[in-house]
Amino acid sequence: MTNRSSRPWYLAPYYIWIALFVIAPIALVVYFSFLDLSGDFTLENYANFFSSTYFRMTLSSFWYAFLITLISVLIAYPTAYWLTKTKHKQLWLLLIIIPSWINLLLKAYAFIGIFGLYGPANQLIQFFGAGPLQILFTDFSFVFVAVYIFIPFMVLPIFNSLDKINPALIDASRDLGASQWTTFRRVIFPLAINGVKSGVQAVFIPALSLFVITRLIAGNKVITLGTAIEQQFLVTQNWGMGSTIAVFLILFMIIIMLLTGPKEKGGALNGKAK
Amino acid sequence: MKGIIRASAAIVIISAILFYGVHLLESSTATSGSGSISVYNWGEYIDPELISQFEEETGIQVIYETFDSNESMMTKIEQGGTSYDVAMPSEYAIEKMKENDLLLPIDHSKIPNLKNIDPYFLDLPFDPGNEYSIPYFWGTVGIAYNPTLLEGQTFESWDDLWNPTLEQEVILVDSAREVIGMGLNSLDYSLNSTDLRELREATDKLKTLGPNVKAIIGDEIVEMMRREEAAVAVTWSGQAADMMWINEDIDYSVPEEGSNLWFDNMIIPSTAGNIDGAHQFINFMLDAEVAAQNADYVGYSSPNAEGLKLMDPEVTGDERFYPTEEMRDRLEVYENLGLEMLGIYNELFLEFKMDMEK
Repeated sequence: MTNRSSRPWYLAPYYIWIALFVIAPIALVVYFSFLDLSGDFTLENYANFFSSTYFRMTLSSFWYAFLITLISVLIAYPTAYWLTKTKHKQLWLLLIIIPSWINLLLKAYAFIGIFGLYGPANQLIQFFGAGPLQILFTDFSFVFVAVYIFIPFMVLPIFNSLDKINPALIDASRDLGASQWTTFRRVIFPLAINGVKSGVQAVFIPALSLFVITRLIAGNKVITLGTAIEQQFLVTQNWGMGSTIAVFLILFMIIIMLLTGPKEKGGALNGKAK
Repeated sequence: MKGIIRASAAIVIISAILFYGVHLLESSTATSGSGSISVYNWGEYIDPELISQFEEETGIQVIYETFDSNESMMTKIEQGGTSYDVAMPSEYAIEKMKENDLLLPIDHSKIPNLKNIDPYFLDLPFDPGNEYSIPYFWGTVGIAYNPTLLEGQTFESWDDLWNPTLEQEVILVDSAREVIGMGLNSLDYSLNSTDLRELREATDKLKTLGPNVKAIIGDEIVEMMRREEAAVAVTWSGQAADMMWINEDIDYSVPEEGSNLWFDNMIIPSTAGNIDGAHQFINFMLDAEVAAQNADYVGYSSPNAEGLKLMDPEVTGDERFYPTEEMRDRLEVYENLGLEMLGIYNELFLEFKMDMEK
């Protein structure tokens, strides 16, 4: 990731950028989290966070983010694997990425139409003889749309790491008598684990703080930490509490980064294999 | 490396051309007349033709922006990034903005059309003597419903929403004061209640509405009701009018326990740059013909007595949207409860969303 031998002045813009747009905002968020409504110092926001409402909200955010990530991996891994085998890799990859160029709101509104009582999804269900189902504003629709939105971010890193594997290694494994499954388990999977990890980071972390589609697709029946932050800032104007939730969100993200970071066992194994 | 430099150069040149193009476009529209004003209004809350008409008549160019809640509007005005000249907040927001010195007094001598306004809507408690605000529209909170999708239910009482036959049929508007207020009203409490016990009781009652709640959303309600995706919605009278415009089956009622009566008003924020233009705009909007055309377009109830005379009597005589004064007495206007109380309302609303019985 970093090239320490490069001359330091090249890095100046990078450091300025980091200071202005990463460190300063985070410092401000932490600062605001210690302020109450009238701008005085308080720890009450933190005490509030551990009240039952926010605690359960955190649990439910994690649960949905976990579901979304798991389903994304289950779909993205075979897709990425298949992609590496196809002739026109770049074309297929482009087709998978293109939906992510479309604005999130547009996609959400499209799904409102698709999942509606008179939308195509229900027409299909009725074609097979079942009555119209309530699809929109359910847990299912929420997870479905979230997975749809995040899939490209999961496919890309997995594809990249699978594609980088030297085919000679797989041939060697076959020559030494390993079955297809063993080859996958002992060679391909460990070599591509870092791709999965970056994919998990790219999906799990934003999934924790989704808020547009919780309203449009889940009808506010799914509440995530992102919803709560939006509300504290825009409606309640309690920037202190909003910042406190944001601080915890940042902490959770750091923990997840550490858990899925390259220093893990899998990463070392990968390094050895190189 | 060469490729990168070429690409960056191309990007810089294209950006410069676009930037110049935008500059040209903006200056070509802004050259006529005496400057411009920025108007900050709710979404779908003015007939766009009237903006062009105002521009033609006065030569003042209108920069028009919209907001979706009083709170976000106030936050933006307070931060002062853009200097808005006219905005249309609701009554409790006006009280709050007054406290925070965010308003400029309105010079009544520059608003001769003020005489067109029904005196009922003048000199209200949130702004005595209309020192800072001029009425724009008013309305109620109630229940919009589609009888063709229901088995003869009517909605005389908020409790009718709890009817078990309405499973997954009710849409609520995503706004803490409206929903918690409806819970309070259904228990015959005031919707300005600051009694924590009453608020707790209302929240607990709302949670039992869970099985009937289809979704808690914003402006999408109108589309949902039009397309008959849902049969019942708790919403503002104007949204109901929008729905009925397209789908004639829909009906609207204000439950008898009481509900919210609200007023949106035109104000001049303290950050205004073109105060004279702002007065001209406010006066223009109060013109009888303009007000009538605007009310026809927007669908909310107009406080403009002279304007109402020009409108279809079938519309202005409709007691669902123009309730009589006697009916209005049952309704309550929101009071500014302060940030602390607003926070409690929002926490309870959040709790309701999380703990709805499924």
